[in-house]
Amino acid sequence: MSERLTADVAIIGGGIAGCSTALHLRWRGASVVLLERGVCGGQASGVNYGGVRQQGRALAELPLARRSREMWARLAAIVGTDCEFMATGHIKLARSDADMAELEAYREAVRPYGLALELLGRNAIRARYDWLGEAAIGGSLCAEDGAANPRLVAPAFARAARAAGADIREHAPVVEMASDGTQFRLRTADGLEVCAANLVNVAGAWGHEVAVRFGESVPEAVIAPNMCVSEPLPYFMVPNFGVCGGGVYVRQIPRGNVIFGGGRGIADRERLRAYPVADASLDAMRQTIALVPRLRHAQLIRSWTGIEGVMPDDIPVIGPSRTTSGLFHAFGFSGHGFQLGPVMGAVLSELVLDGTTPTPIAAFDIARFLPLPTGEGRGEG
Amino acid sequence: MADRPPVIVGAGPAGIRAAATLVAAGLTPIVLDEAPRGGGQIYRRPPAGFTRPYQALYGFEAAKARRLHDELDGLAGRIDYRPDALVWDMRRGALQCLSGGRNATIAYRDLILATGARDRIIPFPGWTLPGIYTLGGAQIALKYQGCAIGREIVFLGTGPLLYLVAYQYAKAGATVRAVLDTAPFAAKRRALPALLAGGATFAKGLWYVAALRARGVPLAAGIRPIAAAGDTAVTALRYRAANGAERRIACDALAFGFGLSSETQLADLAKIPFRYDTLQQQFLPSRESSGRTPVAGLYLAGDGGGIAGADAAELSGERAALALLEDRGHAADKLRLAALERGLQRIAGFRAALETAFPFPADLAAAMADDTILCRCEGVTAGEFRRAAGALDAAEVNRAKAFSRCGMGRCQGRVCGPAAAIVLAAALQLPPESIGRLRGQAPVKPIPLAVTA
Repeated sequence: MSERLTADVAIIGGGIAGCSTALHLRWRGASVVLLERGVCGGQASGVNYGGVRQQGRALAELPLARRSREMWARLAAIVGTDCEFMATGHIKLARSDADMAELEAYREAVRPYGLALELLGRNAIRARYDWLGEAAIGGSLCAEDGAANPRLVAPAFARAARAAGADIREHAPVVEMASDGTQFRLRTADGLEVCAANLVNVAGAWGHEVAVRFGESVPEAVIAPNMCVSEPLPYFMVPNFGVCGGGVYVRQIPRGNVIFGGGRGIADRERLRAYPVADASLDAMRQTIALVPRLRHAQLIRSWTGIEGVMPDDIPVIGPSRTTSGLFHAFGFSGHGFQLGPVMGAVLSELVLDGTTPTPIAAFDIARFLPLPTGEGRGEG
Repeated sequence: MADRPPVIVGAGPAGIRAAATLVAAGLTPIVLDEAPRGGGQIYRRPPAGFTRPYQALYGFEAAKARRLHDELDGLAGRIDYRPDALVWDMRRGALQCLSGGRNATIAYRDLILATGARDRIIPFPGWTLPGIYTLGGAQIALKYQGCAIGREIVFLGTGPLLYLVAYQYAKAGATVRAVLDTAPFAAKRRALPALLAGGATFAKGLWYVAALRARGVPLAAGIRPIAAAGDTAVTALRYRAANGAERRIACDALAFGFGLSSETQLADLAKIPFRYDTLQQQFLPSRESSGRTPVAGLYLAGDGGGIAGADAAELSGERAALALLEDRGHAADKLRLAALERGLQRIAGFRAALETAFPFPADLAAAMADDTILCRCEGVTAGEFRRAAGALDAAEVNRAKAFSRCGMGRCQGRVCGPAAAIVLAAALQLPPESIGRLRGQAPVKPIPLAVTA
């Protein structure tokens, strides 16, 4: 059986970015076919830590993150469920004076973006959070940051997009794709053919595979952040936290489980599977206890990981293709794409339909990884 | 590498026989067992210092229990035996083993998984009330700690263990209020010819039934549980008799179970491919009759690779050890191999007859009321699970787990998983093998965050 579909926009990838793009395009009346190799939110969008965090991002990401945060607040209105989003606050902990200096400098740097951070010294932070251990000497609190349940977000966007008329196909891996200059032609493993004037590449860790088909070879690596969760405990830790320099990040959900991540699992990009690694779990357990000693007696009940695409400069590729008209990319979110997922739908729909977006994205131009054409600058990066 | 000692996980009948076979060939295996004393479940040993005689502890199985325990004890000094050791994760070439609060990474080249089985349950209204145990749990309380789960006990479920445990409790002095079997009487009559081939095993089963009857214990077949009643603990069970009449029976404890499930998490973490077994109605790791798996150096023995009971576990433990030895270049005793495989085949025939006599009442799970708690760790009802499956398009069990939390708690789906799969398959009107299986994720059982390396 071979089925043929025609749409204004074809989307490859059913993560949060793809499903949000489908929804935004439908709001503006464009017809959409979304092709997802597995199930929507089955990869990085669905198995990440769940942090909805602006603090600590590269400055270039802040305009996107600010706009996305505004969408998180309205999630129930957008997709019909809040996906357990809570503005719990996020603390970035300092374990040394150098860390504190870094936090102070960051607070000044983000002021122009409207991101309010509160610095807490040794006494203040322990007075406010009596569960913190001696390892933390201070921190920076972003009150409006928080967390959500990653398992729910992409499927919620997918359902909303479907309800709005998007044609979302799961278990539909794209095996052929080409552009004849005016139309993209895609074919899935099952023989479904899709013809569209525009193509959105939101294929996550596999985004480079789409890009390279259109002559844009970019160095996208993969990571598998190693994640752990404890049994439910009495709810005592409202804000979630990370530490300067990385290492471990921890949050508790109101039903009591403590979710923490640190280190790397094993990513098998070809087989679409990722495996947590015991040594990473054990190390994250040690670091977590050092920061929150009362977790010493908690039990670990599960570990997991997922595959995330990483760019060499740790920020994603976002924007129009430099080789192919009508092609738009957003991939390689480098381990911190969850919070940006919703806004990518707004930005990509604007790029497709208006040719531009009010949110600055120049820093994410794919051109930064392409051979430099003579006589042309790379933009301000 | 070739000198690296083989590792055996589990010291039940399969693990002990495997260890003895490897020792006889001159090897010194590492034997890791979760229990403080080896023996497994059916031949579980009481803590040191308990002095109840074998006959009281194991009944008909006393001689077998003594032989296996003696065999394990006799291996002392010739095996690297590590009790109280939880293998909670593994990847190719390395096990993570927690013992006494310390974690150790154990490198291996050849590994025999003899991880055994657990109770298979189907939730029913009230099943989480205090005073309600699984059949296996009730048996362990009696055998290991010498204590009963109550004074006035109802036994519910199906399978040979139902009658055995009820008999053991009656013999220990508890009042067995009733033995309620979900299998219809006609099923047993149908299976009779094949059951007779089971010989002594079948005769023992008849004996337990006769002994219960002689004590005046009410036995009923073809029943369906309705609900366990009680405010702070179970006080009664309501059930529907085979003739359709509703009955109520008072009790202060209830033990239930519907056969056994294989413990397969380590096989899963070892990336052994799984296949759906229609007899056991469970996804099982692939293995040949020799115990070899598609993963080189990995062998399965005993109930962990498919339920066949303690006698088969001994045979398959020896068989897997011989396969391991053969793969290491030792000469194989073809006659012994053939005898072991014949023995295993005979038991497999009897095992199929048992499934006919005591069919797994999948209909109970399929028709589970929406307000019944399906996943007790996370407090997910059957209705919530069905809604997650239907409204949220989860045609696969891991997806339904992600949406509903069913199977995400402390037990990681070991308790609710089999029933949840049936609830999901029935809700979607799909065959159970098409909705998949819960993927194994470390740790196999909870481990403390404060574990030291």
